[in-house]
Order: sequence, then structure tokens, then C-alpha cells
Amino acid sequence: MSFLPSSLRQPSALPGFGLALGFTLAALSLIVLIPLAALVLRAASIGPADFFAIARDPRTLAALRLSFGTALIAALVNTVFGLLIAWVLVRYRFPGRRIIDAAVDLPFALPTAVAGISMAAIYAPNGPIGSIAQQFGLKIAYTPLGIVLALVFIGLPFVVRTVQPVLEEVESDIEEASALLGASRLRTVFQVVLPHVYPALLTGFALAFARGVGEYGSVIFIAGNIPLVSEIAPLLIVIKLEEFDYGGATVIATLMLAISFAMLFLINAIQGWSRTKHGNV
Amino acid sequence: MAMSDRFLPLSHHPERATSETAPTKAVLIAVAGLFLGAILFFPLVTVFIEALRKGWGTLFGTFADPDTLAAIRLTLLVAAIAVPFNAAVGLAASWAIAKFEFRGKNLLLTLIDLPFSISPVISGLVYVLLFGAQGWLGPWLDQHNIHIIFAVPGIVLATVLVTFPFVARELIPLMQSQGTSEEEAALMLGASGWYTFLKVTLPNVKWALLYGVLLCNARAMGEFGAVSVVSGHIRGLTNTMPLHIEILYNDYNFVGAFAVASLLAGLALVTLLAKTFLEWRFAGELAATSRRH
Amino acid sequence: MSVPVRVRNLEKTFGRYPALKGVSLDVEAGELVALLGPSGSGKTTLLRAIAGLEQPDAGQVLFGDIDANTLSLRERRIGFVFQQYALFRHMRVIDNIAFGLRARPRSSRPSEAAIKSKVLELLHLVQLDGLEARYPAQLSGGQRQRVALARALAIEPRVLLLDEPFGALDARVRKDLRKWLRELHQRTGHTTLFVTHDQDEAFELADRIAILDQGRIEQVGTAAEILERPATPFIDSFIEGIARREAQARDRTKPHVVASR
Repeated sequence: MSFLPSSLRQPSALPGFGLALGFTLAALSLIVLIPLAALVLRAASIGPADFFAIARDPRTLAALRLSFGTALIAALVNTVFGLLIAWVLVRYRFPGRRIIDAAVDLPFALPTAVAGISMAAIYAPNGPIGSIAQQFGLKIAYTPLGIVLALVFIGLPFVVRTVQPVLEEVESDIEEASALLGASRLRTVFQVVLPHVYPALLTGFALAFARGVGEYGSVIFIAGNIPLVSEIAPLLIVIKLEEFDYGGATVIATLMLAISFAMLFLINAIQGWSRTKHGNV
Repeated sequence: MAMSDRFLPLSHHPERATSETAPTKAVLIAVAGLFLGAILFFPLVTVFIEALRKGWGTLFGTFADPDTLAAIRLTLLVAAIAVPFNAAVGLAASWAIAKFEFRGKNLLLTLIDLPFSISPVISGLVYVLLFGAQGWLGPWLDQHNIHIIFAVPGIVLATVLVTFPFVARELIPLMQSQGTSEEEAALMLGASGWYTFLKVTLPNVKWALLYGVLLCNARAMGEFGAVSVVSGHIRGLTNTMPLHIEILYNDYNFVGAFAVASLLAGLALVTLLAKTFLEWRFAGELAATSRRH
Repeated sequence: MSVPVRVRNLEKTFGRYPALKGVSLDVEAGELVALLGPSGSGKTTLLRAIAGLEQPDAGQVLFGDIDANTLSLRERRIGFVFQQYALFRHMRVIDNIAFGLRARPRSSRPSEAAIKSKVLELLHLVQLDGLEARYPAQLSGGQRQRVALARALAIEPRVLLLDEPFGALDARVRKDLRKWLRELHQRTGHTTLFVTHDQDEAFELADRIAILDQGRIEQVGTAAEILERPATPFIDSFIEGIARREAQARDRTKPHVVASR
């Protein structure tokens, strides 16, 4: 393909390439690329001094720290439980398995605002779980802990659905070989089976994390939205916009995107490195 | 023969070598079940419990409210525009990407997926920066009395952006695995390009298309963050169902909020049911590889 | 109906890899010609270029007096049988075979009744009576192959092209189908080219054989001509197995299969 400087595409007998690609590119440009370019241009037009003044504002920093921190913790929780759930769904046969398998996708289907008000009701001090926690002196709703719980809900299917197909494809002969060599079951699982799943687990973690950083609807109802304490970065963008502070909103959005892409890039790099080390898995 | 079994302890546990003991299994299943119960089922059930807290009468009363009805109408309208548009883009993109070889294909795939890795709030923000009062085109739009932000067009645009990749994602891997020989055969038999697309390509991907449309629709009707930024929250005019939930909730009208929420939760359940049915019945016609997100 | 096919100096390069290096070939009307060669010899590329599925970099293909380049894929009216058949998986056998007729513009489209009787006639020709309501997934490999052939014949093609027609079938079915295809060709008389890597298949089935290697036609001739006077050392070694078996057969019985035509 790269040997054909005269044409961007290899000739084909099928028609409609120009029309299909043209329509795709037009829609992509109008809907996605030009609006995103507007964000980048706006950020560039702010000027470094103003940009850093907004970026260093304690409220901005607290919001970013909260968004990335809670997303990180929630993604870690999901990595552990997502792996466990994927394992149970792939390896075991038990009544209700199909229902659980289908239900894992609920957070994809349930609107975030619905999940948000429902979780706020559950974990509020007068809610069924919130009141119990209250007796132990634990406050869930209107604290970062509530945010983590909302992000666990949102991120869970990303980990399960990334790990599940890979786990399904692990050949049983390596397990048998390990067992025949005298390894304990625990050793076989952790040293023989799971290493095959780690790249997918990392991808699932990254997806859950990225989703958590940007999540808005499920969080704002349970977060309490107290500046410097439980105010997430997306909410701060909304607040800036409501104050018609487009510059402030732009800076926070740019920082969020920059940090997210840097982390995704890092995770990709780790995966590339592990692939060259362990062969193509 | 019967005797020898006693001297082969492993034969009593034929699975032991590659499986866990029964108690371990039970514990792991229980932990997974409890976690899912607490994290997923409980919030879902709570929606319906809260909606019915004051009985069916109050629940139905919410749906008699003109603002609620306006929100339902707007949500249906937005989905009716966004979903077919993204289905058309998904079909065009997958035709170009799956049936042809060209430079920059991987870049194009990455760009199509881009909306998935952007915060919904930012997806709304970019349109405010373009069309808002202080946006690039704001003054010009104002002069010509065109309203995009705080109006229905902005809500549609933000929804289209957020749901952009859904259909394309389902179709591309499937069409790639199907190759081009059926289309080539159709053309050799004298069919036109459109005839080939309608009679050969489309029927081969119809279930995957439906699958993508289902997911796209669920997200389009449920989108909150992006729409919240561009809507302006004008009751009866620019409130979709999720935004209306927020307003009712902030008014301490919890039953009303959960009543609207239960409608959306019902939609989510129908979506899950249809999706599971498609996965069970047409697994082979959805995609060669895993189609899950 | 059948026309001669003339191929003039076809060139085709994939990336830096030349697949066809100036290939010329004349096929007479009604002739059955095999394109034989090892994998990577360019035989499938040649067939696809004649069909119009590949755009050659240089050279010309003529159907009778018509330059194929002036015809779009749908105007070429070529019956093409794909190696994996490319049957429309969501259509019944009857709809597969009728596809080419129904795809015609309204002005030249036969009536549904005419289409149906034509399809049943073709089904009879390929000995699949009674299977019209099946889906491709419900057919055996040999049956699918015959449906693909019937579908190609339905459009009354100028030329019939078959890509490894027996490649996906098991050995026993192959032998039966070979004989059957030979008879079918004698009855219908289409100018036919087929690609194969199997020497036996080419020598048993074809009027003439074109042997390709590395993008060039090394020799064209009848089975007897090639066996008696292999043009190059490559052909000598490529047909060694056949030649030996032929010699053995000649020793055992007098009139031998291959040269008997």
C-alpha cells in the first residue's frame, strides 16, 4: 500500500469508496474534529501566563486531583473484582450465570443520571446502606468515597468485558502441564494462567480509568459537590461555563485531556513493551 | 476393576488438576455475586422502589405533567435524529474501512473511536466554544438569529458526538471478517453497486447493525453530561429526560425524579434483554471476534 | 454465445512484488483451458484480471472484438466461480441462482415466472433438483460448488472462469465433479478458464493447459504436447509425476486417458 505513491488506495473492483469515505470524513470532521480543534485553538489563544494561573488555582488542582484520584482507586477496585467476575463467569457453571453475565452490561445501558440519583438515595445518611454506615461513623454520600462507588459502578463492565474473551481463550493444556509438573492450584493460576490475561486486564483498567476521569452524570448526585473536597473536574468545567468563563473551562478541559492521553499513551507503551517481552499475546 | 479405582485417588476428583475445589468455587461465586448485587442490582432495584414509594397514582401523575411529557418528546426527537445519522455514518465508515485498503486507515479508526475517550462534559463544551455566545461563531449566529446552544440543535449535536462510534464499532470488525467476495460475485453477476449493498452487504450485517443501533440508542436517550452543558435547562423546551430527572431531584421531588428514572431504567432493561437475545441467537452474525466493549 | 478470449501482455504488480510479467494467452471460443502452476505463480491474478476483479498495470484483455477495459464489471457478463464459492449466505439456493437475473435493470429483467423456470432448469443441469429452498449452510461442499456454477451460468456469460474449482473439496468428490464438469462443458460449450495447482486435474480436464511460473506463462499446449515436449526445465520437473504415471499407464494399457482426445 505504501508503495503506491500515485494513489492513496489500492484499486478495487468494488464501487462506492469515494462516497463512503467522503461521507465518513465529512461527518467525522463536522461532528468530532472541528469542535475538538476549537477547544485546542481556544486553549492556545489563552496565553501561557493566564493558562497557568487557572491551572494553578487551588480549586482547579483539587478538582483534577479528585477526578484522577477517585478514578484511579475505582479502576483498581474494578481490576480486582472485574477479574474475579470474569473468572467466575468463564470457568464456573452455576444457576443464574447467564443472568449475571447479561447484567454486567447494565452500566452501559443504564443512563448515568439514573444510576446517580439511585446511588445517592442508597448511600445518603438516611438511605439503606448510608444509614448503616453512619452507625459505624462512615460517611459515604457527599464524600470522595461516594464518588469512588459511583465510578466503580460505571467502570466495572470495561474490565469484565475486556478480560472475559481472553480468559476464554487460555488453553487448558498449559494448566494441565503446570499441574502435572507438581504446581499447586494457586501457583498454576497466578503464575501460568493469569499472566496471559494481564495485558487485557491492563487495557480494562485503562478503559475504566479513562471513563471514570470524565464521568459526570452518575457522580454529581452522590458527590455533594463541595469545592476543594468533593467537586470533580467535569463539574468545575460546567460551573465555569455557567459563569460564562469559557477560558477557565477550556483550561481545565485541556488539562484533563492532556493528562488522560498521556496516561493512555503510557499504558500503551507498557503494553507494547510487555508484548515484545512475552511474545504476541 | 472396581478395586483399582481405590488406588487412584485422582479419579475421584477428575477436575482437580485444572479446577478449584468445590468450596473455593462456592466462595468465589458468592463474592462475585455479592459484589454485583451491591454495585449493580441494588441501584437498579432502588429506582423502581423509590418510584413507587408513594404508590402508582403519584407515579402516573408525574407522566401527566406537561414538562415531563415535553422532556420525553425531546428525548425521542433527539434519538430519532442522532441514531439514524450515526447508523448511516457507521455503514459508510465500515464500507470504506472493511472493504478497501487505503493509507491512514488506522488513523481513521482511532479518530472514529475518539469520542469514547473524551469526557461527555468536554463533548458538550466544544460546541459551546464553537456556537456559544462567546464562541467562535456565536456573534454571527446571534446576528442571524440562529440558536444552537441552549436550543435543540446543540442537544442533537452533542448527542451525535457522544454516540458517534457505537454503530461503526459493531460493523467494522464484522465486515472485515466477511471479506469482499460476495460483493465481487454480485457485481460479476451484473448487479449495480447500490443493489449489491442493499441485497448482499446489508443483509449480512443486519443483526450487528441492530446491535449497534440498540447501544447507540440507549446512550443517546440516556446521555447527561454533554447534553447538560449545551441545554440551558429550559423546562418544557430544552430538557431531555435525564436533565428533567436532575431538575426534579434538585426540587426535592424525589418520586417524580425516580418516576422518570424508572422509565429510562425500563429502557435499559429492554436494551439489555434485546442485546442478550441477539448475542445468544445470532452470535455468529454479530462478529468473528469479540464484539463487547 | 461463447467468445474467444485474448490476453495481451498483462502486467500486474502488488507493492514491489510482480505477480504478472507480460502474460499473453489466446483462448478459442468454446475451449476449456487450465491455468496451472505452483502457488504464487500468478495464475489466480491472471484469472482475476481477466474477470476485471484486478486492474492490470498494463496490457489488454479482449472478449471477441471488445476491449474488456471499456466494460464495467457488471457489463462484462462473466461467469465467475470463486474458490470458496462466495454464495450469498442469507439467500436460498433459488435466490442465489436468480440473483443475476433479478439484478438486471427493469427493462431487460425477465418476469419472475421466467426467472423461476430458468433457475429450475439450471438446478436440473447441475443435478441439484429439489434443493432450491435450502440455504448454502445446509449444503455439502460439492453441492455448494454446483450452486455457484449454476449462479454463474444463469447470466449466460460470455466466458466462464473458475478459481480452483475443486480446491475446497475432498479427494473422492473431486474426481466425480471433474468428470461431471467435463461433460457439462461439452454440453454448454462456454469458453472456460480454470485455475488449478493440481497437475492431474489440469491434464485430465482441459483441452489445453497454460503452465505459469513466477508471473510468466512457461508453456501452452495440449496435454500430449506438453508431455512430449516440455518447453523448459521447470516444466520438466513440474510435470514429472504425471509423466511417470502416464508412462506406467501406457505400459499397462494401450489407449491412455490423457492423449486420447
